[in-house]
Amino acid sequence: MLSNPFDMRFGLREVERLRREMNSLFEQFDRSPRLAAAGGYPAMNVWANADGVLVTAELPGVKLEDLDIAVQGDTLTLQGVREPETLEDGERYHRRERPTGRFQRVFQLPYEIEVTKVEATYEAGVLHISLPRAEADKPRKIQVRAAK
Amino acid sequence: MTQTTQEIQLQEAEKQEIAEGGAERTRARRAFIPRADIYETDDAVVVIADMPGVTADAVDITLEQNVLTINGYVGEYRPEGYAPAYAEYSVGDYERSFSLSNQIDQDKIEARMTDGVLRLHLPKVQPTTRKIAISAG
Repeated sequence: MLSNPFDMRFGLREVERLRREMNSLFEQFDRSPRLAAAGGYPAMNVWANADGVLVTAELPGVKLEDLDIAVQGDTLTLQGVREPETLEDGERYHRRERPTGRFQRVFQLPYEIEVTKVEATYEAGVLHISLPRAEADKPRKIQVRAAK
Repeated sequence: MTQTTQEIQLQEAEKQEIAEGGAERTRARRAFIPRADIYETDDAVVVIADMPGVTADAVDITLEQNVLTINGYVGEYRPEGYAPAYAEYSVGDYERSFSLSNQIDQDKIEARMTDGVLRLHLPKVQPTTRKIAISAG
């Protein structure tokens, strides 16, 4: 069947292909990686493979008792508070740029997590959380038997 | 007394990158300007800078002609066997410069680095009283 040049779907596919080509052209010149807009504080990165997920967050100066990490099913919740400096009388700020206050991020991960095997470390102000995939959620290989 | 803390605003999660212009960095990595709080007490100026990912041995503080420059170096983070799935921030070094007034006693500057936060204690010059001897003649 001949494709109709006035067919809207065909037209849109061409536009989509052109848009993708333009984007990849710009990516070659644009050395900065594509970052998603931060969905809140702190900014987080996610690394994944088939067996687990690694989440990192830049959270300088947070006390461990002010940090709360919870995992349920495929959802990771990170919340806490960064206390501001308490200044004595007569002390005054010249600049105040560091964010302080409560924060909460909720992430939906690509699969269910083995909650008992989640580990988190906090080093030099960076939080690393490793979340292994739940065994029950791992894909199972299906043996194909030749039919007689 | 508990203080009600408000939620941290969204745009504060983003890091400000050092703009092109000025001296080029020798390392081919991104560099960011660390956010800093500066406050003044009776006898010192305190600078607190957020540099997550920087350990105490990766900080360089230099003072030259009244300009204090902080450099923080961050190691590359690339976990084996994992692919990046979602990124909201990039990893890079930190650099920021401050010009100091002559109020600061430059020999007594102290620095401490914990949990990605650098604290600089810049004591003010204490006024000293000197007695001036008068010679006859």
